[in-house]
Amino acid sequence: MIELLSTAPPTSTGEAVAFWVLAPIAVIAAVMILLSRKAVHSALWMATTMIVLAVLFIMQGGIFLGVVQVVVYTGAVMMLFLFVLMLVGVDASDSFVETLRAQRVAGILLALGLGGMLVAAISRAAFPAAPGVGAANDGAGGHVEAIAQAIFTRYVFTFEVVSIVLITAAVGAMALTHKELLTPRKPHGQLSVERIRGEHPTPYPSPGVYARHNAVDTPALLPDGSASEASVPDELRRQGTVRYTELEAAREQESEGGTPR
Amino acid sequence: MNPENYLYLATILFAIGSVGVLVRRNAIVVFMCIELMLNASNLAFVSFARLNGNIDGQVVAFFVMVVAAAEVVIGLAIIVTIFRTRRSASVDDPNLLKL
Repeated sequence: MIELLSTAPPTSTGEAVAFWVLAPIAVIAAVMILLSRKAVHSALWMATTMIVLAVLFIMQGGIFLGVVQVVVYTGAVMMLFLFVLMLVGVDASDSFVETLRAQRVAGILLALGLGGMLVAAISRAAFPAAPGVGAANDGAGGHVEAIAQAIFTRYVFTFEVVSIVLITAAVGAMALTHKELLTPRKPHGQLSVERIRGEHPTPYPSPGVYARHNAVDTPALLPDGSASEASVPDELRRQGTVRYTELEAAREQESEGGTPR
Repeated sequence: MNPENYLYLATILFAIGSVGVLVRRNAIVVFMCIELMLNASNLAFVSFARLNGNIDGQVVAFFVMVVAAAEVVIGLAIIVTIFRTRRSASVDDPNLLKL
């Protein structure tokens, strides 16, 4: 397989077909990253582009690199992106309000200029008749062997520096996302002592019991038909999103300012 | 087909990524576009490795990938930290240094 891929002539028909199928997919997916309003959709289009690029790497004899691309990018980096998207909030759509006037037009024009310049430079350059990486692979006794030989001999210093970069990044990420506790965390023993000596030693009633719904925002009904405040989470009560039944709402208005049950 | 077409594809992807960095507001999408630009440069490196018949281009692309991973880790950690204090992931909102 490796031999076949790396010693194939550079302009084989199969490769041309694969290229003309995959290249438009990559470009369309890249454009969709820009056009998607939701960041999650952008992330999915990004994953598409990366997988297509992995196939293009493999088509050009970079088999190890293509596999690493799939593992590192679509496996690790995109998962990290999705995790952070979930942390930051999936619903946060991008605002399309321009703070700088005509920034969008200027950005697109600049990028078109950059692309045009690069394309012009490439079209004017003379390239050798692509020999492929087959000879380099054979010299080392295989594709992975050739890469290993390059990394651990000629590029060993770069390799060490890159490992330092990775360790620094890991420590930096931990330092950045570390949160100091404002109050010391209570040990378990103290928590249970506080609970027994407090007002409510038994577990709180679960929401929705004897009520008509069993959602967390619907309080349980006590035997006398009144709602139990202790059965809904404090946070919901603070937000005022507790759902009382109609009967209960009427009772609440009657006994306004009553003691919490 | 001419192998130079890979270079044209890499150029187009790089330009699209640069549009995203300049135009989009969501910091995470901006980061994705930076990743797209790095990937496009990787494609160019791999194509040059093939055009020149040696493996060095692929090794450099490998290093680019590792540095990109480190950069994503730090960048996303910064985005999470900013989101914690400002409740926003938009690149327009952090303007504390503005007069």
